[in-house]
Amino acid sequence: MHVLYLIFIDPFVQMGTAPDLLVQTLWEGLVGGMLYALIALGFVLIFKASGVFNFAQGIMVVFSALTLVGLYAHGVPAFLALALTVAVMYLLAFTVERVVLRPLVNQPDIILFMATFGITYFLIGFGEFVFGGDPKVMITDDLYLPKGSITYKAFGGIVSLQRLDIVAVVVASIMVAGLGVFFSKTRIGRALRAVADSHSAALSVGISLEQIWVIVWFAAGLVALVTGIFWGARSDVSFALEVIALKALPVLILGGFTSIPGAIVGGLIIGIGEKLGEFYWGPLVGGGTDAWFAYVIALVFLLFRPQGLFGEQIIERV
Amino acid sequence: MFYREAGQFKTSYASDLAVFPILQDRIGIAVILAIAFVVIPLTGNDFIINAVMIPFLIFSLAAIGLNLLTGYTGQLSLGTGAFMGVGAYACYKLTTIFPGVNIIILVVASGFFSALVGAVFGLPSLRIKGFYLAIATLAAQFFLEWCFTRIPWLYNYNLSTAIEVPQRELFGVIVTGPRATAETRYYIVLAIVVAMTWVASNLVHGRIGRMWMAVRDMDIAAELMGIRLLPTKLLAFAVSSFYCGVAGAMMVFLWYGGAEANVFNINQSFTTLFMIIIGGLGSILGSFLGAALIYILPIVLRFLPPELGLSLHAATIEHITYMTVGVLIIFFLIAEPAGLARLWQIGKQKLRVWPFPY
Repeated sequence: MHVLYLIFIDPFVQMGTAPDLLVQTLWEGLVGGMLYALIALGFVLIFKASGVFNFAQGIMVVFSALTLVGLYAHGVPAFLALALTVAVMYLLAFTVERVVLRPLVNQPDIILFMATFGITYFLIGFGEFVFGGDPKVMITDDLYLPKGSITYKAFGGIVSLQRLDIVAVVVASIMVAGLGVFFSKTRIGRALRAVADSHSAALSVGISLEQIWVIVWFAAGLVALVTGIFWGARSDVSFALEVIALKALPVLILGGFTSIPGAIVGGLIIGIGEKLGEFYWGPLVGGGTDAWFAYVIALVFLLFRPQGLFGEQIIERV
Repeated sequence: MFYREAGQFKTSYASDLAVFPILQDRIGIAVILAIAFVVIPLTGNDFIINAVMIPFLIFSLAAIGLNLLTGYTGQLSLGTGAFMGVGAYACYKLTTIFPGVNIIILVVASGFFSALVGAVFGLPSLRIKGFYLAIATLAAQFFLEWCFTRIPWLYNYNLSTAIEVPQRELFGVIVTGPRATAETRYYIVLAIVVAMTWVASNLVHGRIGRMWMAVRDMDIAAELMGIRLLPTKLLAFAVSSFYCGVAGAMMVFLWYGGAEANVFNINQSFTTLFMIIIGGLGSILGSFLGAALIYILPIVLRFLPPELGLSLHAATIEHITYMTVGVLIIFFLIAEPAGLARLWQIGKQKLRVWPFPY
């Protein structure tokens, strides 16, 4: 009986009696979820356009942040370093298309998936080789990112919001909106959607697959860069982020592999669910539940709605 | 010319069903086994046996396990590391509970616990497949890894949270623990790996293997032909996890001599997956070739620069190793998506027609 009370009643009593803590937890979940959502967004962009399950997206986040910080450490001014990093991400997209995707076109999905593993390993080695493997601090001051926190007296207590997190949420929202417009209104965006629908049909009306792939990998690289900046500002820039980047996978399940709004909503659900679970239910089992909570949410979700919240095509039932 | 089956007639059903129907294959296997059982223990030093051969065999076994699931049944799994961990921790608990029982029996028995856990986490495969299933198995990976650190009962409430292998003797010879010689452990690992490889080879050549391959190639067609998907897939998960579990138990008991939970982390799962992709999906031989390449290549890379007179930092070599592995993965996928096992097939064909080109 006591166990049931601890599981089903006590957490909600806690939520009711200390709403400030609840709001604080929700906010932290929201911000964490926003970052998961951004990584998932990169996955979705590439999966939509080329059908490649890009495992390297998480590493691209770290790699872009590392390039930015590394260039700055070599004396390049902050905004020039930012521009150079964008150039590096374009170069990466171009190289990946030329060296990896083009020779592997029309191979089974798992082969392409494995190829992105190869990219992952190469980027880890290359990034550490060039910039060193030690954790680095993101250059928040030079990019004019705000510091400190805003504290409200609300909900019968104190809620403190990091200024950086607020900016992260705003920038991420702008970027998602921008991508949405880009996809639906521009010529290239329409070409991207055409490629997503059918490669061969897109080819037959004169859309260059190679060009589209470079563009979409570059877009994913830009998303990775933004994610990397904000993530790096919250913690250090190091390849330890790699495991955290895997959290984007349950987000994909929740949102569906092909849906941009799905990635966002899924990210928020996972982020908030994970924080709430850890804060209110985690102590019951000894803490540390955020290592697997997201995956279990996704697993349970899969049983009821395998195509995700916004997934376009229903995956084949077995 | 060297490899020709002409003139070797199959005169009974038994010879038709043989795993190695060709004389040259039988000779080749005998030579390999002779090298493994006699030449390597006699000539190899401690480093070769302990740091190269034992891990190579253990990883090969894990790769075979994953290959049964991913290569033969077509179910992508990223939980290999965790299933190996289940085997290791089960073996550790078994030795604690039954200190008198033969350790080799316990190592093999721990595979059954792993099989059970694997079958439970294989349940989602009934509704989902492909990448969705891979992510579902990630849940197993992270949940089990969490269990290994957060449930103190599993590591006997050790303060170090690590499992340490007790010393066990078998017929008066020390086989586990820090005082066991490398040769003894090598022989045990080799015997288990050879026996289980033989079983796996028979499995995939028989009815069960055909069922798995039918499910892999087209599950709906397989179901129409009367193959029940639920038992078939769960059996694949169970057998695969059994192999991984035994490999994990051997890894801790006969190689490391002690381990923490992070040995069985996600990287272990990925490494095993590389092995079977590079080696060849759906090939027992490929599991060995892939394990050899992925495991031994970094060792070679580590020792090559000093041999060539280059002095590099250990960290730099580590980075170069990462880059090389990445490039090699991409290279092999482009050059031969079917893996190293396919290269061996091509080589056999060349031997068959030599000296003519075709």
